[in-house]
Amino acid sequence: MAEDKRLMKGNEAIGEAAVRAGCRAYFGYPITPQNELTAYMAKNMLDKKRTFIQAESEVSAINMVYGAAATGARTMTSSSSPGLSLKQEGISYACGADLPLVIVNVQRSGPGLGGISPGQSDYFQSTRGGGHGDYYHLVLAPKSVQEAADLTYEAFDLADRWRMPVMILADGLIGQMMEGVVLPPARDLAALPRKPWAVGRQADSHRPINHVTSINLVPDELEAANRKRFARYDEIKQAEVRFEEVNTEKAELVFVAYGTSSRVCLGALEMAKKAGVELGLFRPISLWPFPEKRVAELAAKGKKFLAVEMSMGQMVEDVRLAANGKTEVGFYGRCGGNIPSEEEVFAEAMRLVGTKSGK
Amino acid sequence: MTEKTFMAGFGGQGVISLGQLWVYCAMKEGLEVTFFPFYGAEKRGGVARASVIVSSGEIASPLVTRPDSSVVMNPDSLPLCEEIAKEGGVMLVNSSLVKSGGARKDLKLVMVACNDIAEKIGDVKIANMVMMGALSKVTGAVKLDKLEAVLKTFFPESKHRFIPMNMQAIEAGRAAV
Repeated sequence: MAEDKRLMKGNEAIGEAAVRAGCRAYFGYPITPQNELTAYMAKNMLDKKRTFIQAESEVSAINMVYGAAATGARTMTSSSSPGLSLKQEGISYACGADLPLVIVNVQRSGPGLGGISPGQSDYFQSTRGGGHGDYYHLVLAPKSVQEAADLTYEAFDLADRWRMPVMILADGLIGQMMEGVVLPPARDLAALPRKPWAVGRQADSHRPINHVTSINLVPDELEAANRKRFARYDEIKQAEVRFEEVNTEKAELVFVAYGTSSRVCLGALEMAKKAGVELGLFRPISLWPFPEKRVAELAAKGKKFLAVEMSMGQMVEDVRLAANGKTEVGFYGRCGGNIPSEEEVFAEAMRLVGTKSGK
Repeated sequence: MTEKTFMAGFGGQGVISLGQLWVYCAMKEGLEVTFFPFYGAEKRGGVARASVIVSSGEIASPLVTRPDSSVVMNPDSLPLCEEIAKEGGVMLVNSSLVKSGGARKDLKLVMVACNDIAEKIGDVKIANMVMMGALSKVTGAVKLDKLEAVLKTFFPESKHRFIPMNMQAIEAGRAAV
């Protein structure tokens, strides 16, 4: 039976979902606006006799996560934008070593130290392999506290299934906002997937040594490993694309937005309904892999797009790549910690529908 | 039914608690809720604002940019609340601290002497609860009939002795409008 609905902050719901997913070790370092998540893990992981360490820096935290993942434990770190920049080296190593782990980015405004208010300007960094080398990892973007909990819970399964880091790309609003949430059941730690590739416990088993590493100094071997990993990326592109559509069939203009921006667009859709205008929303949930096929289909049907982001325009490039010149792709963005209002998004949509229809 | 409320005051007035308790009660009454706080880095005296939505249906944007109702707890918050209030919206003003109701003629203005009423009950800290009682009466969006049970989970055990005083403040707020 489902549990009662609880009122929680996004940050806390992510923490509880991770605990329930069987996260055995959490490593973090404080940064606004994700501090409630680290605080939640401090209290609840220790209560459950699991590992919590507040590292001395973000760099340490991601390397601790790397180590814990190498032993086969379900493990997580979280931070906000500037902290994620510091973690990129470790994420690249984890991708090179095929390690399953979960990373949460509660984005704030940038660049640099930026501000502590919500932002979505880490899209490039998150979806393009933010560190060095050829790699990608799954990136999932929640639009609500409920979805933040659900996607975090699932991220641990996806990480194990595909042997790669999975990133939850939230933002300061999702992290700080309170909504009702029904939490998933706690996983039985003894029933989690076995990881025969993991290091450690050799004294018990006398099995041969397992190596978990990203280094390989033999060019042909390293190329082969990269090609094998990219073959896995192709499978992921088939299996893990996620998105939500609202009124895209009837709409002439379709918003493309994820996370907080998509909620603002839903507000604009309500305004459009009242005004008797058909607008739609296409919401990517998996940012990598990006739902490019579906965007291409909608473009082929002649739908106009308006990408809305809390950035100067990052996801819009994926929309344009997928649309491949077959339709117009507009952009509306706010940044610096500002969130677009439904009124301004609606006005921009009306401007595009009004002046460019019937060409 | 959807009621979008913008709450504003300074840090320490209980604006954030007011918003949280409002949506907590609404959720217990079966409504969908969102609560998004905005506050300064200061421990006390900075701006404290909250976007609060309760609805019988799914909530789109959690940001309140054209509020149906506004709560103005201090003078500094009045200009912003006046600027964004929806045409014909409700504005509840803490008249203990805010002497004028502003210039907008289209708004339904409700003056509540929150601090004075709270002090009479026994503690100025419950001025926010006086306002919540008034907000419930004026908007009808949240009945607050589950508030006592909610306060028992909201406050730690050691603070439960303050619950009757909080309930008294709610009733006084209702009676004041």
